[in-house]
Amino acid sequence: MVKRLIQKGYIGLVIVFLYAPILVLMVLSFNASKYRSKWGGFTLKWYRELLENEKILNALWTTLLLAFFSALLATMLGTLAAIAMNRMKKLPKAIMMSITNIPILNSEIVIGISLMLLYFAISFSLGFASVLLALTAAHMPYVILNVLPKLRQTSRSTYEAALDLGASPVSAFFKIVLPDIFPGVMSGFMLAFTLALDDFVITHFTKNAKVNTLSTVIYSETRRGIEPEIYALSTVMFTVVLVLLIVVNRMKAGAAKKAALQQK
Amino acid sequence: MSKREGSLAKQNRVRQLLLSSPYVLWSIGFIILPLLMIVYYGLTSRDGGGFTMDNLKLIWEPTHRTTLFLSIKLSVISTIICLLIAYPLALALRALRLKSNGFVILLFMLPMWMNFLLRTIAWQNILEKNGVINMLLGAVGLPKLNIINTPTAIVLGMVYDFLPFMIIPIYNVLSKISDDVIQAASDLGANYFQILIRVILPLSKPGIVSGLTMVFVPSLTTFVISDILGGGNILLIGKVIEQKFKMANDWNAGCGLSLVLMVFIFICMAIVQKYDKDSEGTGVW
Amino acid sequence: MKKGLLAGALFCAVMMFAGCGKEYANGEVVVYNWGEYINEDVIEMFEEEYDIKVVYDTFTENEDMYPLISIGEVNYDVVCPSDYMINRMIQEDLLAELNYDNIPNIKNIDPAYLKSAEEFDPGNKYSVPYCWGTVGILYNKTMVEEPVTSWSAIFDEKYAKEILMIDSVRDGMGIALKYLGYSMNTLEEAQLEEAKQLLIAQRPFVQGYFVDEVRNKMIGGEAALGVIYSGEAIYTQRENEDLVYVVPDEGSNVWIDGWVIPKNADNKENAEKWINFMCREDIALMNFEEITYSTPNSAARELIEDADIKNSTVAFPDEATLERCETFKYLGETEEVYLKKWNEMKATQN
Repeated sequence: MVKRLIQKGYIGLVIVFLYAPILVLMVLSFNASKYRSKWGGFTLKWYRELLENEKILNALWTTLLLAFFSALLATMLGTLAAIAMNRMKKLPKAIMMSITNIPILNSEIVIGISLMLLYFAISFSLGFASVLLALTAAHMPYVILNVLPKLRQTSRSTYEAALDLGASPVSAFFKIVLPDIFPGVMSGFMLAFTLALDDFVITHFTKNAKVNTLSTVIYSETRRGIEPEIYALSTVMFTVVLVLLIVVNRMKAGAAKKAALQQK
Repeated sequence: MSKREGSLAKQNRVRQLLLSSPYVLWSIGFIILPLLMIVYYGLTSRDGGGFTMDNLKLIWEPTHRTTLFLSIKLSVISTIICLLIAYPLALALRALRLKSNGFVILLFMLPMWMNFLLRTIAWQNILEKNGVINMLLGAVGLPKLNIINTPTAIVLGMVYDFLPFMIIPIYNVLSKISDDVIQAASDLGANYFQILIRVILPLSKPGIVSGLTMVFVPSLTTFVISDILGGGNILLIGKVIEQKFKMANDWNAGCGLSLVLMVFIFICMAIVQKYDKDSEGTGVW
Repeated sequence: MKKGLLAGALFCAVMMFAGCGKEYANGEVVVYNWGEYINEDVIEMFEEEYDIKVVYDTFTENEDMYPLISIGEVNYDVVCPSDYMINRMIQEDLLAELNYDNIPNIKNIDPAYLKSAEEFDPGNKYSVPYCWGTVGILYNKTMVEEPVTSWSAIFDEKYAKEILMIDSVRDGMGIALKYLGYSMNTLEEAQLEEAKQLLIAQRPFVQGYFVDEVRNKMIGGEAALGVIYSGEAIYTQRENEDLVYVVPDEGSNVWIDGWVIPKNADNKENAEKWINFMCREDIALMNFEEITYSTPNSAARELIEDADIKNSTVAFPDEATLERCETFKYLGETEEVYLKKWNEMKATQN
């Protein structure tokens, strides 16, 4: 019992640590002063101004689009790559593995600049697509490294049995392999999405004037002071996601309970 | 029969080729080519374009050497602290036996959805002389802490920013260890610590290795945390590389230093992986 | 199947992205400015009056903007770099000469600033000043013993751990050089070494090196003295009345940010219309009131209603003060010596 209490207390402590600065951001979103170091009284004006701030709302939309589609692309290509690599012989596999690791080990500025040079060399014009591809390239390795271990855990024989029973390779993949590796695919997607959501450096070097993400807006504002609307936006985003997360989790738990009851 | 097997084998080879070619092409375009550009810049001189090792040797200049060692020291410390926090946490989470792993993963990843710079700036409000912590300490009559603008604040920032990268892979492997294994060990008379050290720890190695990599690498190359929380008092190698690109506009030197750092990280990882023979390459999660 | 759908969705999203907005008769102009460095209503006014679409993008530092222009991959039409960067871009032949026939409002710009601008842009061929200011000390009068008038305050052990130094190579080295009585644009290695030694001696007294955070920390009372740009001083004084801004007696840096047109601009005429618009007195006034960085536009200054600000020596220092100040020039390879000395100072453990 005591052990259980200690465990829960410890988890709570780490959660407080991780969420403390977010709490600060939320408090700042209600601060009438533009400055983070001074409390100027309670206000809701930043929320009102947020709704009228086209620049931030556009940036939010672009950010979500980029993060979602780059993560999706990275997940699709990365899963395919992981499957291919899983079947390779030892040497080619080792080579591909080392290549996959390169973007993870490079600092972002190097990835950003090298991709910009590449686009320049092949005269690929910068814009939404160039950022999308750059983010996909930078984050795909994380997907591969998530899917591979899961693939290793699945046995090939079930897949081959399905083939023997006349399933096409494609349907065998969707019916047999994918469900098995799905948790890995999902966490790969989530990681790619999270990293893309927060990326500044790679986006900065591969974008043009018409593409701005939340990160590029926030960075360009640091010199003159961050607009408090950004704090308001963070608060809204955070609250929405947290509520969604809890609701979905409740629903899942509810469904599981119901299923268990029905079984009885 | 053998003819059919032969055609099957051929079919398999074609399929394998079809399967692997997209990624091979992709990695040539988006990994190898950019890497070659870095190598090219790193190994040529800025003015003439001739071959040179000077950009690589830059790392051994006294300033850069001190900087590199400091960066390594700070990132090693933060990585170890992350491991010490994350492992017991993952054990505790496992003990809760939650139905959905996804919930746990999201719970620890959600903070990262808020902009990194904003979160780091917010830490200042907590740590500053007139910040939240000191207000709380003052309220109960304790002396003020002086954390902001010290190396401690940098380590704290690194631990904060990269902790989820350690928690999630370790939790992922731990949650997969079957209770039967532990039960069996316990039946054989092992106590909790023996089980932890002889059974659980070895089984969770892949997760630990992924976590170590994913925390160590970004904390080695970061500089924003040091600028904001460390008061810019300490120069880190990531900052030096950034300056080479931006201030000095010397991409050759920037690429040269990056190459050295990359090789260094590769070596570190090779050493770590020696202890993790079961998994081929780095399994991140 | 699912993947096909998703790919379809991707395409739709990209298309949607590409094809939004209304039509403008006179094309577009792509503006690249510092973040939060304009009154945003002004952009809409320009779009309406000229029927030109403004694509507005922002940067954080000159050094973030520079590689994008120098590689020329993205075609910006009008950019707002600082003095030394304009100097550099001129030296590297990245800028187009301005056609002043299209910029009649140049008459609003005080000739004194055009003269200052000649230090980095001889003949004012390439740039039109937009904002300007000085670098000085912001101090909290409740935390210092006597009014600060000299750079010596930030090198004084008396204020140990109460000093916020500027984390910028040229500004930081420049302050030390000025304090020692040298030029901020010196090319002499010995003088730079002397400046470095001074900064090393200062290190133990410095609480931290910042650029953007000085403002917040001074408002919050985290330190007694901080090095800051004059444009921030008016703002911060409004938030904390104890703060005082001075340009030290030894002199300092006076900086000018100006509009320039890159050589590869697609819409040069529209860019000139933009520059002309920015020089119009009512527009310059709107910008000044929003961002509080000093305007070189004398016609706009006349229109300022608040006498305190109109006559503020922070926003508009007297000529004697400006006499003591220098603008930065681009120093070519010597810039790297500055960086090296600065980093040697930063890597010193004392």
